[in-house]
Amino acid sequence: MQTLSFSEKVQRFILNWFFMMLVWIMFTSTFATQEVVVGAIVTMFISMMSISMFTCCTLKILSPVRIFWMVYYLLVFIVALIKANLDVARRVLTPSLPINPGVVKFKTQLTTNYSKMVLANSITLTPGTLTVDVIDDTFYIHWIDVTTTDPEKAFTEIAESFEKILLKIF
Amino acid sequence: MSIMEIIGSVLILIGSIFLFLGGLGIYRMPDIYNRLQAGTKATTLGAMSLILGVGFLEPSWMLKSLIIIIFIAFSNPISSHALARANYKRKHFPLILSEDKKNMDAYREVIEQEDKEDKS
Repeated sequence: MQTLSFSEKVQRFILNWFFMMLVWIMFTSTFATQEVVVGAIVTMFISMMSISMFTCCTLKILSPVRIFWMVYYLLVFIVALIKANLDVARRVLTPSLPINPGVVKFKTQLTTNYSKMVLANSITLTPGTLTVDVIDDTFYIHWIDVTTTDPEKAFTEIAESFEKILLKIF
Repeated sequence: MSIMEIIGSVLILIGSIFLFLGGLGIYRMPDIYNRLQAGTKATTLGAMSLILGVGFLEPSWMLKSLIIIIFIAFSNPISSHALARANYKRKHFPLILSEDKKNMDAYREVIEQEDKEDKS
């Protein structure tokens, strides 16, 4: 857990409160006064308690440039997810079962825990790769069809397109 | 049938096909990691598509189904990572590698290092 200045704490609290309120309103699907007031009070207490644990960033994450890159990341991710599923379908439906599995590793430049988590999750959902472990800045990836064991080449093939965008967001 | 119902039904059909392929993948793949690969990817898109289809059929549930989709997108890969890592550390089911590529296991050095530290 890192030490935070007062303004950072306030910004994280506001961001957390905003997202929790968003989830609450989406779940209740209503703007009735009693629902909104109860939601505001409960989410305020929860986000006050979890300032240093469950928050990722200050308010600067909501700047338009970063939001643009987030939407772009989402599009890249959805395309990769659909490709991954077609890939799985192809491998499963081919009678000879074309797999060539192995575990490779590579290093990332990302520093914060949240960006590493997003990268690891994205790698798991992209074609043919599964994150086995993340230790500091080293990712261990189970690859269903290994083409190279060299860490740098593996990084270029698996994670480069995601990391470039993540560095701009976080 | 309205256009929303058609979109919803098509999405549910696509979701069921991918869920079926995920099940078939779990049945056909040789070891736990490849099974997790097939299982995670196919069930994530399958469940997402199915729940989005329900949202289209029942428009008042749309926002709720979007929230559920976001939670699935976060929790599914985390659970598969936890399963793979736990299995590797317990050495319960071995990692199957193809015959000519026995050196392609980059994670083994970490486990061996940890074993040494445990003994000393």
